[in-house]
Amino acid sequence: MPLIGGHKKNSQALMLMRERLRYLIAVVFIAFAILVSRLWQLQVVRGEEYFRQTRRNVVDTKMLASVRGKILDRNLEPIADNRPAFNLYGKAGDVDEEAFERISRVLELTADEREKMQARIETAHKRKRRSAILLLEDQSRDRASLVKQESHLLPELYVSAEPYRHYPHGRALAHLVGYMNQITANELDEREAEGYEPTDLVGRYGLERSWESYLRGKRGIERFVVNAKGERIEGPDTDGLIEGARFVPPVAGHNVVLTIDLALQEHIEKLLRRRAAGAVAVIEVNTGRILALASTPSFDPNVMTGHLTREREAQMLSDPRKPFIDKTLRQYYPPGSTYKFVTGLAALKESLVSAEEPLSCTGVHKQGRRVFRCTSAHQKVDFEEAIQHSCNVYFWKLSERVGIDSMAQMARDFGFGEPTGLGLNGDTPGRVPTKQWYEERDTFKIGHTLNAATGQGDVEVSVLQLAMAYAAIANGRKLFVPLLVDRVESAAGDVVVQYEPQLRRLIDVTDESMNFVKHGMWRVVNEPGGTAYDYARSDMLEYAGKTGTAQVKAMRRRDDDENLKDWHPDRDHAWFAGYAPAKDPEIAFVVLLEHGGSGGKHAGPVGKAIVEAYFEGRVPGDETEGEEP
Amino acid sequence: MRKKAATLLIPGPRVGRSRWQTAFADFDWVLLFLVAMIAGLGLLNLYSATYSTAHSVKFTQQLMWVSLGTLSYFIFTMIDYRSLQRWTWVAHVGVIVGILAVRFFFEAVKGSQRWIMLGPIRIQPTELAKLAVILTLARLLQDWDERIVDKRTVAYSIAALILPVLLVAWQPDLGSASLLGLIMLATSLMLVQTIWPIIVAMLTGLAALPLLWERMHSYQQGRVLAFLDPGADPTGAAWQTSQSVKAIGSGQISGKGFMEATQNHFNFLPEHWTDFPFSVWAEEWGFLGSVGLLMVFLLLILWIVNVALHAKGKFGQAICVGVAAMIFFHAVVNILMVTGWAPVVGVPLPLISYGGSSVLTIMTGLGLVSSVSKRRREI
Repeated sequence: MPLIGGHKKNSQALMLMRERLRYLIAVVFIAFAILVSRLWQLQVVRGEEYFRQTRRNVVDTKMLASVRGKILDRNLEPIADNRPAFNLYGKAGDVDEEAFERISRVLELTADEREKMQARIETAHKRKRRSAILLLEDQSRDRASLVKQESHLLPELYVSAEPYRHYPHGRALAHLVGYMNQITANELDEREAEGYEPTDLVGRYGLERSWESYLRGKRGIERFVVNAKGERIEGPDTDGLIEGARFVPPVAGHNVVLTIDLALQEHIEKLLRRRAAGAVAVIEVNTGRILALASTPSFDPNVMTGHLTREREAQMLSDPRKPFIDKTLRQYYPPGSTYKFVTGLAALKESLVSAEEPLSCTGVHKQGRRVFRCTSAHQKVDFEEAIQHSCNVYFWKLSERVGIDSMAQMARDFGFGEPTGLGLNGDTPGRVPTKQWYEERDTFKIGHTLNAATGQGDVEVSVLQLAMAYAAIANGRKLFVPLLVDRVESAAGDVVVQYEPQLRRLIDVTDESMNFVKHGMWRVVNEPGGTAYDYARSDMLEYAGKTGTAQVKAMRRRDDDENLKDWHPDRDHAWFAGYAPAKDPEIAFVVLLEHGGSGGKHAGPVGKAIVEAYFEGRVPGDETEGEEP
Repeated sequence: MRKKAATLLIPGPRVGRSRWQTAFADFDWVLLFLVAMIAGLGLLNLYSATYSTAHSVKFTQQLMWVSLGTLSYFIFTMIDYRSLQRWTWVAHVGVIVGILAVRFFFEAVKGSQRWIMLGPIRIQPTELAKLAVILTLARLLQDWDERIVDKRTVAYSIAALILPVLLVAWQPDLGSASLLGLIMLATSLMLVQTIWPIIVAMLTGLAALPLLWERMHSYQQGRVLAFLDPGADPTGAAWQTSQSVKAIGSGQISGKGFMEATQNHFNFLPEHWTDFPFSVWAEEWGFLGSVGLLMVFLLLILWIVNVALHAKGKFGQAICVGVAAMIFFHAVVNILMVTGWAPVVGVPLPLISYGGSSVLTIMTGLGLVSSVSKRRREI
């Protein structure tokens, strides 16, 4: 090969290669420029966001449940408490279809439990697949130990012993205390910021619901580092990753101390349980404090809190006696003759009758073409006798003189027609009809006035309203706001909030007028001929009261009501309201037996039993309770 | 001018120079510096990536492989690369046999047969194939340049060169097959006088892609699909990439610091020692660190191109261009892959990724370049 020629050829090839290598270098530079710009985009432009994401990747938080505050009666007897319970936890990501079936089989889950678990896993899939969630709460000891024993079969589950809501007295005060159940998705959206979790129980009814924020306490938080599998990592290299405290201890909820006397409450509930449906309220007359407030039928909050089955729920919802309705507050009824004092006081106030003026009762009262019938022909009766015998004609005659609007004014003065201010369970206003009220709907007739005079027709009151009104009669003229919560205490026992008796208004009646009413009510119980004399007179102490038998619009029994013993929806409501002792009264009470029949005969003995239970072992008036008047 | 035979192994003694001086005469210190830098950073990164995990033994293994690679680097620096011309076909056939052996005699890992097991040592013939193909192609270009081969031999040679690509694709190892193709393509484009036949071949290859798709394993198809639609499967193939992207991005400008990568230490990064070491690097050293590493790679590639420009003869030039292309494509594909701009195809980052065969191949290739550089003044 000639040297020169070879050199020439080499140099030609070299030039060609140089030219091409220039392109190669250009390609290399472009490629690296692309890589650098990609890195710029990821690390500089979006770096902060990715940094936060990687933090979220490794830092997991666990909410630590706070111990819920107790609900106590006035003697600090717990009505709602906590007990240790076994909860089953698992990670939604671990429980696939196969695992779900295996768990159901090994633990022999019921259809309800399967459904509950399924729903929780589905919710958690959307929110947190890698963190443990509550699958089933409050499991039996047997099942908890089964999970531990068979851990090789159930590696997805673990058991945790945690405080669980418990109502040691079962049904006692069920409507007021309420119950708890699982938070709904909507509530969670609203309250997630407060630290609620998808499987949390929240107060659902009664005090548990309306005092949730006091009872709940404050959740603790534990932050820890996890790896890609969700396993917890400990060690010094995890220190810098956690922002904020690793461990914030939970703060226990406050205890709520009620004005309720649980012993009295339980005694009353026992009396009521023999009746199909009814309600009782007992009030301290000089403070407005509620001593007992019972509604039957009721429910067991222990069942309602996490153990309600579909079947039981359907059964309770279809019960015509409406066990979920608080009959002391939520439901209103025509008060019947217990309402006659309103008519009487309205007439006395307007000086349209004097207490001594006798009016004659022939047993019927004609109003146009309609004939209104009295319970019997009472002949000539004065004010007190009219109350004693519950003479309808007397009050019809008074109402014709007074007119419906003056009666309505007096009723409103006693707190009817507006909520009592308890602020619980949908405290209802009831209804006090006026002339205008009728005219807005139809035409007003004098018959409406006559109905209103005896607490019939469109007059409707709640049991608690009537009890507050009777307390006002008993104490002279003071209408109180009913008081259910006496104080809120911290878990350590320090008083956080103290609730003092609250006077709603002084009723505009003279002591003289009130004394006629009070004496009339004394005669109802303590004088022969009084409507309660035969059924409710007590040998233990003298007290006063008024019976009522409220007619109900004719209702027929439904076929399935046959199963319910003593349930006769066609019967009248039986009322007995009063206060005791007659002299220097301490308590006011109202008994309502829904479709219970006659006020004196049926409700009277219940009232007597309540009064005697309260004063049992005590000489009335001898011992003051240490409550301020 | 000295005889060729004299330069076969270590150059003979020159007048006035010691044996040691002769051995390091014209030694390419720049190349060695760049290579040592990348290998050192690679070891550092692997230490962090596997520190206090079940994989910490991998650091020791890698240290051994890097030492072995360094030995190879120096041996091949001392050997006159031109003396290897006669051995290229032996190496080529050896590699093809190796790939076939893997296919027929060894168990599959992840549905793909890639390793020859020799006791505790696993050899990946695909990696060695990259080197063999570069050498064979260089030999062919040299022979063609000297006009000592006829067209038929050239045709056979090209077929022989394409064979390992097809075999690797058959394993199937899509990443390595395309890298082999790209290395050959780049080298040919630089050194062949008329390039239109190569372009025709390239287009034919592209047309064959759908056939390749049919041959792919479902997990490979999954990776490609996940790349095209990352939202579809967050815990599967795309999850790897999205975690890697998060890791890189979370490094921000200056990084989380050495051994502070949370994505890595808490196992969010899959295969972080083989496919994703750059993510660990970028998470710990940030934008500055990752661009720094890229710059070292860039300098290395440019330096090798520079060596090619000064090389005597097509054989040496082809070796340099081939090795430069190998490092370039590996680096670019790997980084595109971990930043989410290419499907996860299992392409290692040269000298940074864990893997003995890869380290050995790259170091040997760089040793050849060093040899070419050392002999740039010789005729």
